Amino acid sequence: MRFAAGTPVRVKRDFPELRGPCHIRTPHYLRGSSGVVERPLGAHPNPEDLAFGRPAARVPLYHVRFEQPALFGEGASGDTLLVEIFEHWLEEMH
Amino acid sequence: MAAPPGPGSIALLDRFVAALTAKGVVTEQEIVDQIARTDRASPETGARMVARAWTDPEYRALLLSDGSRAAEAMGVSMAGAPPLGVLEDTEALHHLVVCTLCSCYPRAVLGYPPHWYKSAAYRARAVRDPRGVLAEWGTVLPDTMELRVVDSTADYRWMVLPMRPAGTEGWDAARLASIVTRDALVGVTLPHAA
Repeated sequence: MRFAAGTPVRVKRDFPELRGPCHIRTPHYLRGSSGVVERPLGAHPNPEDLAFGRPAARVPLYHVRFEQPALFGEGASGDTLLVEIFEHWLEEMH
Repeated sequence: MAAPPGPGSIALLDRFVAALTAKGVVTEQEIVDQIARTDRASPETGARMVARAWTDPEYRALLLSDGSRAAEAMGVSMAGAPPLGVLEDTEALHHLVVCTLCSCYPRAVLGYPPHWYKSAAYRARAVRDPRGVLAEWGTVLPDTMELRVVDSTADYRWMVLPMRPAGTEGWDAARLASIVTRDALVGVTLPHAA
């Protein structure tokens, strides 16, 4: 587990969908967005392999909190969004 | 209502099940058992869990730390079910559950998801304009309360523990459970002492 609760993180701005068949559980609207780790949620088999019947390594999963209005340029200040994101989709902020 | 499946679909399903059993992925009995478990599940289970959490601090702590064990403590089999997480509403924070990628829903304790939960409109709008969506349900939160949208994207399934409404002092668990609706358990409405 790489990220403790409270760590600022960024979701990778990557679109594997453009490179071929895949199964990604990271919503498009969050790619490239910054949030904060709310809490670790244990490790789970990587759905990107599981979906294709490949051997799937267990990957740490996190609940990550985002400011909601920043995502779509609308909404009420102070509202948030909480999303499960796998570790290989997260980058540490510097 | 959806049309009943045609003979072509049923034949395809039969071949699919035969392939799964031949490969040892599942047995016919496991499929029958899972359908029975899913048919038995209903929002009354989630409502009973919330009502107990409102009256029993120890159970509340268990519910918030390990939803799956809290469900099993109410007699629900969580075998084969995804882990259940429970999110606590407070005076300052309200949770709304959606699955933008598909229709992940805590079926083990709420049963089948309602049609609107699976609709593209709810899934798209809940993350973009959550207060607008809630207003259409008649749920208007104070401006000072944080609304937290929970996009259920991976291995957990999420249920909301709403706040116990005023006017329910002295109620027993059964009466409390009666005001906790399916919709309140994913946060589109709030329980009321009506």
